[in-house]
Amino acid sequence: MIKSELIAIIAENNPHLYQRDVERIVTTIFDEISDALARGDRVELRGFGAFSTKERAARVGRNPRTGEAVQVDKKYVPYFKCGKDLRDRLNTDA
Amino acid sequence: MAEAVYQQVGLSRNESADHVEAILSEISDRLVAGETVKISSFGSLQVRQKTGRIGRNPKTGEEVPINPRRVLVFRASHVLKDKINKGNGGA
Repeated sequence: MIKSELIAIIAENNPHLYQRDVERIVTTIFDEISDALARGDRVELRGFGAFSTKERAARVGRNPRTGEAVQVDKKYVPYFKCGKDLRDRLNTDA
Repeated sequence: MAEAVYQQVGLSRNESADHVEAILSEISDRLVAGETVKISSFGSLQVRQKTGRIGRNPKTGEEVPINPRRVLVFRASHVLKDKINKGNGGA
């Protein structure tokens, strides 16, 4: 399922809403998560899971083509931890 | 989250909360059905099947079987990765 399909399904279940509003709801949710992660905050969605960032230390990498050493700066990577309810569902409804 | 939707979309707080709930539950249902869910400029959630293996309790050294199971993997889009490193990068 992609974002536009998700919007279509939610719009279908809510005939009183404009598609435009449903689009804005879905976009707001993911923008909100993104903004929080950019601030370094963790976002917990009960029953679903939690989004957070993890720090990756700076290191000396190597250009695999030339073998040349390159400095790789410290960075943050997004991380998702599945919530318990969803994890249980993944392993029972299968 | 519902608060953000309330402010952005102008629906009531209750209705906003219901929609957030409905969207997450739709995503969950798809994942449980084994589908991959892709949200452009955010990332994708995918279900992976893990095989069973023999694990070991690191404290006691005791062998424990780990059953085959399904796990959820999140792959962030480049847009999200870039945004996160711009946000923290200056620090």
